[in-house]
Amino acid sequence: MVNVNVNLGGLEMPTFLATASGTFGYGFEYVGAVDYSKLGAVTAKGIRVEPWPGNEIPRHAEVPGGLVNAIGLQGTGVEHFLKYTVPWYREQVKGVPLIANIWGSSVEGYAEVAAQMGDAVDAVEMNVSCPNVKAGGHTFGQDPKVLSEVVSAVRKATKLPLIVKLAPNVPSIVPYVKACEDAGADALSMINTIPAMVIDIEKRVPVLANVTGGLSGRGIHPAAVKLVYDAHKATKLPILAMGGVYEPKDAIEFLLAGATAVAVGTATFSNPGTVSEVYDGVVAYCERHGFASVSALTGALAEG
Amino acid sequence: MIDEKCKVIEHRELGSGYRFISFEAPKIAEGATPGQFVHVRVPGLEASALRRPFSIFNAEEGRLELLYKTVGRGTAALNGVKPGDVVSVMGPLGHGFPLKCGGAALLVGGGYGVAPLYFLARLLKAQGLSPLVFVGGRTKDDLLALDRFEALGVEVRAATNDGSFGAKGLVTDPLDDELIRLRGEGGKFELFACGPDPMLKAVALRATGTGSKGWISMDRHMVCGVGACYACIQKTVRGNSRCCIEGPVFAAEDLVW
Repeated sequence: MVNVNVNLGGLEMPTFLATASGTFGYGFEYVGAVDYSKLGAVTAKGIRVEPWPGNEIPRHAEVPGGLVNAIGLQGTGVEHFLKYTVPWYREQVKGVPLIANIWGSSVEGYAEVAAQMGDAVDAVEMNVSCPNVKAGGHTFGQDPKVLSEVVSAVRKATKLPLIVKLAPNVPSIVPYVKACEDAGADALSMINTIPAMVIDIEKRVPVLANVTGGLSGRGIHPAAVKLVYDAHKATKLPILAMGGVYEPKDAIEFLLAGATAVAVGTATFSNPGTVSEVYDGVVAYCERHGFASVSALTGALAEG
Repeated sequence: MIDEKCKVIEHRELGSGYRFISFEAPKIAEGATPGQFVHVRVPGLEASALRRPFSIFNAEEGRLELLYKTVGRGTAALNGVKPGDVVSVMGPLGHGFPLKCGGAALLVGGGYGVAPLYFLARLLKAQGLSPLVFVGGRTKDDLLALDRFEALGVEVRAATNDGSFGAKGLVTDPLDDELIRLRGEGGKFELFACGPDPMLKAVALRATGTGSKGWISMDRHMVCGVGACYACIQKTVRGNSRCCIEGPVFAAEDLVW
C-alpha cells in the first residue's frame, strides 16, 4: 500500500492530487464524471469580494498543445460563495478539502475576501498571476515588493493554510518565492497560464475578445516543471504544481522536481478521467520504484 | 451526466456536408431530454483536444442519434469514425426545452439547428400535442430530416432562400403566416427554436412581449460543457450565463441580444 496523503502547508490532503482553479468550476460540476475519491483537494474558481462579470466572448481558442483563455475571472462574490456555493459543495462532495481561490483589485480587497472566508473553506489560494484581468491579479505578482505586501495583508486576515499562486512569466522565480516565504505564505502553487495571443489571419483580428489570454495545457508542462524545480531549490515551502498534467508521467515529473502535490487542470476538459488515470499511474510508479509514499517522491531526483 | 463509452451503430453522409451518426448509449439515452446536448471526445484528434458539443437529434431505446455539419477540424475528424468504433461521449448535458406547451407548439429550425427539434416533436406528439415544424435553409440541401418528421406524422413547413424547396424566403415567413392566423382566432402558442443567431433573434422577438413563450436554443463554442470553465457565455437578464448549463435553451424573454 502506497501512502498517498500529503500535507500542503497545513492542508491535510487525503491524496496528492488537486484540481486547478478555473478548470473545475466551484467543485461540484464534475460530479458523475470525475472520481472524487482520488482527489486530495478541489480548488474553486476565483472569488473576489464583489461579483465580477468576466470578459466578452470569445473567451477561448484551442491551439496545438493547449488552450488560450481569457475568461476574466467571472465569478459570484464572496457572499454568494459562502451562502450557497460552499454548502452545496459540501453536500455534493464528501471528504475532499476545498481550497478557495481569491483575488482582488487592491491589497485591501484581497485581505477582505480572505477574512470573509473565515473557516468555511480548508485553505486559501491567492491568485496574483491572472493574465486576463487588468486591475487585479497579475499586477500583484510582477513585483516582489508588491507581492510581499499583498501576501502579508492576507496572512493577517486568515488563519487558514495560505497558498500563493505565482506567475510564470518572470525572469527568475526566486525573488517571488522568497517574498512569499517572508510574508508568511504556507505553500506555493505554480504555474498560472502563460500570457498568449491567437490571431484569426483571415479576418486579421485577435481571436479573443480580450485580445490576449493565458496558455494552458500540454504545451506548458516542461516550462512548469522547470519553474517548480527552481522554486523548490529556493524554498522549503511545499509546492502545488500544475501545468499540462495529462498523464501520470507529468505528475511524477512535478513531484520529482520538488512538488508536494499536483493539480490537474485543462486536461479534465477533454478527459474527466484524467484525475483517476494520473492517480492510478502515480501509485503504480511508487510501487514499481519502491516508494512507500507519494511524499517520498518530492524532490527525489537521482543525484549526479 | 456521465462519460459513456459508446459504440457507433451507423454513420452516413446526408449530402452537402451534413452527416448522421448513431451510438449505443443506453445511459445517456435514458436520461436525455430534447434540447440537451452531448460532449464528444472525437477520435482522430490529438488526445488533448477539446471535446465537441452536439445537440441530441434523438434518444430512443438506448440509441443516441446526432445530426451534424462538417464545419471545422473537430467535425472533419469525426467524419472518419466508423460503425463499431467506441467513442467517449459525455451527457446528457444542459437544460433542454420544456416538455409542455400552453397552446400551439411551433418549432422553428434553421439548417442543422433542426437537430434538437425532431426529438422535441416526437415527445410533444407522444403527449397528444400536434407540433408544427418550420424549417429553413439556403437551399433544399440545408433542410434536414424531413423524412423523419414525415414518418412521425408531423407537419413541416419549409422556406429556402433560393426557393428550391418550400416558400422562397426566410423561415420566419411561413412562421409569420401561421402567427397571423393564430392571432386572428385568438389562439395561444409557444415557440421553440434552434438555428443561426439572426434566426433565433427573429424568433425570440416574436415571443417577447406578446404574452407567448419562446424557448431559444443557443449555440456557443464550448470548452468543458458542464459549467466549470465559463467560456460559453450568453448574455441574459441575469448577466453572463453559461450556455452549457444554464442553457443551451433559454427563455426568449431572458436573452439579451
